[in-house]
Amino acid sequence: MTRRHLLLLLPAAGLAWQHVLAGTPESSPNYKTSEHWWGMLIDIPKCIGCGNCVRACQSENDVPDGYFRTWVERYHVSDYDIENPIVDSPDGAKHGFPPAKDPSGKNFFVPKLCNHCADSPCTQVCPVGATFISPDGVVLVDKQYCLGCRYCVQACPYGCRFINPHTETAEKCSLCYHRITKGLTTACCESCPTGARQLADLKNPNDPIHEFLKTHSVQVLKPSMATHSKTFYYGLDGSVR
Amino acid sequence: MDRFKDAGHLFRLAAVFLLGVLVFMGVRSLMVPKSFGEYGHYRGNALADIAARPINFAGHQTCETCHSDVFDKKKDGRHAHVNCEACHGALAKHADDPTSVQPPKLDAAVLCVRCHEANAAKPRTFPQVASEEHSSGLACDTCHQPHSPAITAGATK
Repeated sequence: MTRRHLLLLLPAAGLAWQHVLAGTPESSPNYKTSEHWWGMLIDIPKCIGCGNCVRACQSENDVPDGYFRTWVERYHVSDYDIENPIVDSPDGAKHGFPPAKDPSGKNFFVPKLCNHCADSPCTQVCPVGATFISPDGVVLVDKQYCLGCRYCVQACPYGCRFINPHTETAEKCSLCYHRITKGLTTACCESCPTGARQLADLKNPNDPIHEFLKTHSVQVLKPSMATHSKTFYYGLDGSVR
Repeated sequence: MDRFKDAGHLFRLAAVFLLGVLVFMGVRSLMVPKSFGEYGHYRGNALADIAARPINFAGHQTCETCHSDVFDKKKDGRHAHVNCEACHGALAKHADDPTSVQPPKLDAAVLCVRCHEANAAKPRTFPQVASEEHSSGLACDTCHQPHSPAITAGATK
C-alpha cells in the first residue's frame, strides 16, 4: 500500500462513520414519558366475572379468537383443601361464567393481565429488542421487529404472552398504550362495571393509587420471582397462582 | 524503509480488515433503524408507532358531551359509575360520525344477566338473581330501566 491509498481511505472511513452516527430523533408528541410510571390496580372483591374486560380488550386491540391479552379466572377453594384450588376460565371468561358447581367453600374471580414488571424477564431474553420497557413503565412489543422466536413466551412467569397466529409475532397486553398516551384509560378499565380494574400512574401525586396503597393491603402475583410487578392485587388469596 | 520491505502482506491484510469494517458499518447503518438505542435496546420509533394506533372505545366523557339527558337520568341511580361502553360496546366510530354510525340496539333480556346472573363467586353485596326464577322469562327492562335500575312507579325509558 502506498501513502496515497492510505490518505484516500481515511476520509472514506470518516465519512462512513458520520453516516452511521447520522439521524435525527423523531419529534415527540405532547405526551411526556418521563412524567408517568404506569401500573394497574386489581380489586379482587369487586370483580363479578362478567367478562366485559375480555370483550373490550379484544375489540379494542384486535386480539385473535382463542387468545387473550387479559382474562378472568374463577377460583374455588374448598374448606378441606385450601392449598389446591379449582381454577376455571372458560374461553378466558369472554362470555362470563356458568353457575358454580360447588357454592360451598370460597369462590372468587381473579382478573389477570400482563403485570408490566419493572424488572421483566421477557425483555431480558429478547434477542433483538422487539420487546422492551418503555420510559413510562409499559412493557411493549414492536411487532415490526419481532422474530417470533417464542423466547419471551417461555420467559414470562405469568403466562401473559402468546404468538399471534396471523402475524407470527409475540403479543401481549400493551396497557392500551395508544389510549393512555391520549389521556384515556385502558379499554378494560373503561368497560369494568364495578371498578375492579383501575389504571394507576405511580408518578402522578394526585392519582388515587397512592391513597389506596397506604390504606389497603395489596400484593403482587408471584413475588418470589422478583419481577417488580406493577399490577397490584387487593384481596389476593394465597392460593392464587 | 528497508525494514518494511517484507511487510507488504501485512499492509494488504490490514486494508482488507479495514474494508470489512467499512462494509459492516455500511450494512449496519442500512439495516438498523436510526432510532434504535434512543431509549434503550429497542427501536425508539416503536413507541410512536404503538401510540399512533386508533382507539375504538371513546370513553364516557365523550358520551356525556352529547347524551347529557341520559347522564342526568343515570347519575342518581346505582349505575352512575358504570361507563356507557360497558354495556353499549366500543363506540368511538359513532362519536366520530354520529349520523351514519348508529350503535346496535341492545337486548335487555341478554344484556343484564351478563352481570346480574347469580353466581357463588360474585361478591355477596353485588345485586344478583337467578333470572329464570326472578322474571319468568320476561326481559329485564319490563320492570327495570337500565340507566337507573331501581323500580319506581311511572318509570320511563
